[in-house]
Amino acid sequence: MSARPEVAVVGAGIHPFGRHEGVTGLAMGAYAVRAALADAGVAWADVQFAYGGSEDAGNADTMVAELGPTGLPFVNVKNGCATGGSSLVSAVRALESGAFELGVVVGFDKHPRGAFRTDPADWSLPAWYGEDGLMVTTQFFGAKVQRYMHDHGIPELTLAQVAEKAFRNGSMTPHAWRRTPLSLEEILEAPIVAHPLTKYMLCSPGEGAAALVLCRREALVRLPRARPIWLRSVAFRTRRPNSFEVFSPSVALEVAPSPTVDAAREAFEHAGLGPADVDVVQVQDTESGAELIHLAECGLCEHGAQVELYASGATNRDGRLPVNTDGGCLANGEPVGASGLRQVFEVVVQLRGEAGQRQVPNGPRVGFTHVYGAPGVSACTVLSR
Amino acid sequence: MTAPFDRVDGSVRLVGGRCADCAASLFPLRERCPACGGFVERVVLAERGTLWTWTTQGFEPKSPPYRRDGEEFVPFAVGYVEFPGFLRVEGRLTESDPSRLRIGMAMRVVELERGGATTYAFEPAGS
Repeated sequence: MSARPEVAVVGAGIHPFGRHEGVTGLAMGAYAVRAALADAGVAWADVQFAYGGSEDAGNADTMVAELGPTGLPFVNVKNGCATGGSSLVSAVRALESGAFELGVVVGFDKHPRGAFRTDPADWSLPAWYGEDGLMVTTQFFGAKVQRYMHDHGIPELTLAQVAEKAFRNGSMTPHAWRRTPLSLEEILEAPIVAHPLTKYMLCSPGEGAAALVLCRREALVRLPRARPIWLRSVAFRTRRPNSFEVFSPSVALEVAPSPTVDAAREAFEHAGLGPADVDVVQVQDTESGAELIHLAECGLCEHGAQVELYASGATNRDGRLPVNTDGGCLANGEPVGASGLRQVFEVVVQLRGEAGQRQVPNGPRVGFTHVYGAPGVSACTVLSR
Repeated sequence: MTAPFDRVDGSVRLVGGRCADCAASLFPLRERCPACGGFVERVVLAERGTLWTWTTQGFEPKSPPYRRDGEEFVPFAVGYVEFPGFLRVEGRLTESDPSRLRIGMAMRVVELERGGATTYAFEPAGS
């Protein structure tokens, strides 16, 4: 491994994902922060700075009303599906700068039921685009995977295998939302939401929170209880011209690589590691097809190789390339502000060997996380013991 | 924002743009090129293209922004139709049966009356 990493995750906390009547998103965020602090063995008063945010559930910095108004700088981050990743990259840069030694990142959310409601004007799109019924995120996912399956010879069975694995892993994850395993038949025969995706192949907006305590190497001497997991790199990128993204009234004839490709490449380069070194993976699985596409875009497999990967069980918890070991977005739902940090939480727990029933066997050493969202943002991390 | 379609010699045609400076193709038409900031010239697209990809809308989109029909929701299909030398343009399809849709099939632009307004859609063009 290359350059010595300077920033470690020393605490990880999570509030159960799902639906929690009467509990605000901010309360879930504070719960996750307290869990992360307890895990690290530090007090809120020791935290020098924080970054955090949600899409729909309020201002993270108001959490000091519950955690304690210590006067720390607490920066609110609002960056759609990249909210968690943006908070993390900002906190890591703040630590790398030497300005601080110990900080917290927190992501939380609480969305209304059903698909996201979006206003075309907020996205620089004409009114007719929304009026005609084209302003729906699920259409992008269905259309993109339909073309991808055509180009790379992927059958619908592979989409179902992704969902089957997600719910099986979710059944072993105490904080997951959907904990009932489903058969391939149940998944394939469910109502179609966005052809070829059935309702069990798409995640739902939901609720939840995740938080991390990060510190510089020098601070570890003061944290005798910490089991540090090193953040070897974090990369965050937005789209380039002609990439195919959510809410695109048109697409170029020559489609440019997704920001996922750029973020993953940068994350591996900065870590001095490659896809072949990875023992456990969390990628954005907004729907089954996204997991397949993102594995290839991140360089973790060739385009089209997913058919064999899923048929052979290689992406299962005990396979060669365990993917979304906590059930991913399919089993946890998508609280936009929390998902990116949930992935890091899961890798931290796996690399420590503390994942219980869903633990990846044989002591995984290197983990990778990836989020992707509208309108073309992606954040990736590489972590190691 | 101008309408995304027009009638030319009795046929319905989509209206996009091409940047006078960098030649980037645009749909919908905008005043300025998002790539380089240059002025954009109006371009009328061909009557036909081919289906690049498609999917279905199985639940009623939230309203607003969706313009409801005033009747019970019927699932519809959407797709991207490729216009050679230009772009792939997204729109509703008149055919919503997945067994009658396939990538590469010929499509033509038609008007679609819905919920008291007129928009464009793509219709399978046979051959």
